[in-house]
Amino acid sequence: MSGAREVVLARIRAALCDVPADEQAAPPTAFVLGDDGLEEPAFVLRSRFAARVEDYGARVTRVSVAPAAIRAAVAQACVRHGIRRLAVPGDVPVEWLPPGIELLADEPGAPLSRATLDETGAVLTGCAGAIAQTGTIVLDGGPGQGRRALTLLADVHVCVVLVEQIVGDVSEALAAVGAVLGQTRRPVTLVSGPSATSDIELERVEGVHGPRRMEIVLAG
Amino acid sequence: MSGTSSFSEAAHVALSNSQQRRNLRQATTSIRAKRDAAVGEVDQWEALREEGRRIKDRTMRHLDVHLERLEERVTAAGGHVHWARDGDEANAIVTRLVRDAGSDEVIKVKSMTTAEIGLNEALARAGIVAHETDLAELVIQLADDRPSHILVPAIHRNRAEIRTLFRRHLADTEELTDDPAALAEAARRHLRRLFLSVDVGVSGANFAIAQTGTICVVESEGNGRMCTTLPQTLITVMGIEKVLPTVADLDVMLRLLPRSSTGERMNPYTSLWTGVADDPPDGPRAFHLVLLDGGRTETLADEIGRQALHCIRCSACLNICPVYERTGGHAYGSPYPGPIGAILAPQLAGLRDHTSLPWASSLCGACYEVCPVKIDIPQVLVHLRGRVVRQAKQDGWRGRVAGERLAMETMARVFASRRRYEAAQRTARVTARAVTRDGLVRPQLPGPLGAWLSSRDLPAPAAQSFREWWRAQPDQSDPDGHGGAA
Amino acid sequence: MRIALFITCLSDTLFPDTGRATVDVLRRLGHEVVFPEAQTCCGQMHANSGYQVEAVPLARRFVRIFGDPSFDAIVTPSGSCAAMVHEQYPRLAALGDDARLADAIAELAPRVFELSQFLVDRLGVEDVGAVFPHRVTYHPTCHSLRLLKVADAPLRLLRAVRDIDLVELPAATTCCGFGGTFAIKNAETSTAMLTDKVSAVLHTGAEVCTGLDNSCLLHIGGGLSRQRSGVRAVHLAEILASGA
Ligand code: SF4
Repeated sequence: MSGAREVVLARIRAALCDVPADEQAAPPTAFVLGDDGLEEPAFVLRSRFAARVEDYGARVTRVSVAPAAIRAAVAQACVRHGIRRLAVPGDVPVEWLPPGIELLADEPGAPLSRATLDETGAVLTGCAGAIAQTGTIVLDGGPGQGRRALTLLADVHVCVVLVEQIVGDVSEALAAVGAVLGQTRRPVTLVSGPSATSDIELERVEGVHGPRRMEIVLAG
Repeated sequence: MSGTSSFSEAAHVALSNSQQRRNLRQATTSIRAKRDAAVGEVDQWEALREEGRRIKDRTMRHLDVHLERLEERVTAAGGHVHWARDGDEANAIVTRLVRDAGSDEVIKVKSMTTAEIGLNEALARAGIVAHETDLAELVIQLADDRPSHILVPAIHRNRAEIRTLFRRHLADTEELTDDPAALAEAARRHLRRLFLSVDVGVSGANFAIAQTGTICVVESEGNGRMCTTLPQTLITVMGIEKVLPTVADLDVMLRLLPRSSTGERMNPYTSLWTGVADDPPDGPRAFHLVLLDGGRTETLADEIGRQALHCIRCSACLNICPVYERTGGHAYGSPYPGPIGAILAPQLAGLRDHTSLPWASSLCGACYEVCPVKIDIPQVLVHLRGRVVRQAKQDGWRGRVAGERLAMETMARVFASRRRYEAAQRTARVTARAVTRDGLVRPQLPGPLGAWLSSRDLPAPAAQSFREWWRAQPDQSDPDGHGGAA
Repeated sequence: MRIALFITCLSDTLFPDTGRATVDVLRRLGHEVVFPEAQTCCGQMHANSGYQVEAVPLARRFVRIFGDPSFDAIVTPSGSCAAMVHEQYPRLAALGDDARLADAIAELAPRVFELSQFLVDRLGVEDVGAVFPHRVTYHPTCHSLRLLKVADAPLRLLRAVRDIDLVELPAATTCCGFGGTFAIKNAETSTAMLTDKVSAVLHTGAEVCTGLDNSCLLHIGGGLSRQRSGVRAVHLAEILASGA
């Protein structure tokens, strides 16, 4: 197939004969738009993030950073959805885990099967970051987040977000994402509310293939 | 030829489809309002659009460099890169990869590129079943229909039609109502089984980042995550124009796309992956990236037309277009309908194949106004009209275009001379008398005038033209004097 | 100011009243109006229909006729034809590979104005002393809206008209479906668009629908007339010239 490669590249070069030969391919661009919340205090970001995730139909519970408070909020979320079994990444902070719930840990060495994930119904994770402006959480496979399938097949996703993880806008979050993509092969997923479709008469329906319910425990 | 027969003939049928007309009116009205609100929230939207345009422009000017970089990074991350000169070659590559993976079915994320090259049909010929997993694509596949919108392919179908379709094709749907939530639930149950069992996924790409070798898929339902995460083998088919140099460029696109597309601040899921993730393992164990030319390099060679390659498939231009709203997408006869389709389809497939599309527009400019990467669609439309006409000239003016050409050339001669122009005005006035009643031209006339008169009255030329009135004024001043200048 | 009137072939032939009204308004404001009689058509129809090559000589001709340095401004009662000079002429010069034409256009274009823009933005006038005791709705024609970006200049002029009952047009910024040869080549789609525009106009209860382009008004007016709606399409210039 190297034939095709050379042909396509040659066609591109021929098509671009109007571009001066000495023009730089990637002149450095530093494009920053306004301040977009750069200097906003944490409490502003926190309430904006909460409001915007709620706009997507997710539920937000605000708690203090005390582990007991987080644990209680997770327990309440489990009660709300009748959750008895919870899938978790192997490295989830143990102090978040509510008592009386069966836990299924997903470890790199001992992954849960797809069928198990599908049947478990709920998953608890942390996140790598969150974006106030768009109500987005960032999952990058780092600590407390697990692999992608974990947060995909469950019907309920309970996600703990620490207020200090919230940034103002997409650009700030992408700067951090860029570092992960540049240095590792870990996949990154930006999640903004529960799965949704507008395919039928452009009417938004929440919950198609990914988790249909999203519970955010906002700590701090 | 510069005729418009194919679009106008298809539009003739579409315009009288009352159900589709209503579905489209509803859908486009609501999505326009959502987009306006989402865009209105961004302070420097215009500056952001300009940046989007600049990024795309700059990237295209060095496309070869960015593609080579992308190839190098994907390969370094454990992926395999394949190049395809055209759709057939891309289809053959994918078919071979699916067979090599030992599978006879694939699950697919909605992808314009694979629709463009007819991948599903090619796979079917090789005995491979392709399951579409996007809700609207599923509807289209079950109905054996064609997509009519780049984002919501089944936009022309309403909930009742979809219910009927699901009842016929999906298990356990006897009690199904036409509530969109119930319909989505039925699709969820049907597709979940496939997600858990099929071992090859096929996707397109919204963006690919050369700097890191990362592919980006933007979606709402989660089917994209399923198809790109659960199978053992993932094959991504991507037009070469989708590459972006850096993550900073992706940042700008992610701020433009969801607001323009679904009118959301951000779409539910944006998936980014780099080759094969093995530390720790996450997702497919084999990743293939197919880079497709398929007419893109030819498009790139046209300095005005190349901006069509900047499109990020948001569909804002379709949603705002007054022509699309009325004719729907099928009238365009291409997987890319609407304003972007009118400039992209003829360039990708070759101008001789879609000669009517550049005329499928009133040049109102609403598309340009909303396009997040500022593609000057009206400019490209006009440019392509010129190319079609010049091509017809080369081909020796065959067919019905000959009459138009005669009229246009005659008028150009008339307008080139004051004397001929004024004579033509007088002739028009005299000729019109024969077909005029009470100052209006009678509605029964053949030809282009007849097309106008089919729905619109036409006043006869004024008894006294403006210039005749002017000359009759005692104190008028003509800087040229009265001579037969020019 | 010495103003050259660029009447457009359409208004010259079909709507001379618009030209007279334009002359009236400009003279009333104390300006000298001249009419270069060699003018014919700016070439828009050719340029937009794929016959750009044929339009190039018409652009040259326009520049020759209106390039007279004694003209302080060139004013036209058409947003679309003004936009032709501003937007398309430079492209025609490039197509014709004519650098001298390109220079001449760059020199001339800043002096070419659509009427309402000239009055409001260039002269700073909103009240031209008109009286028009009728219910009127305004349709922003696409090229004046999106290419020239006349913004609210026409509305400012209309609001200053005495006794006018100005009503807002629903979905005003949607194209009426004219689009030059589009109205003929895609007559049915054009008609579908016109139907909605006409019903929006009727919805306002206006007697008159006005705008900045007689081409679009020919279309809207043609639809209103065919339906015997009793509503007229009237160019803005004619409203501004009335009653005083
Ligand atoms: S042309 Fe512009 S508006 Fe249309 S789909 Fe592409 S990016 Fe969106």
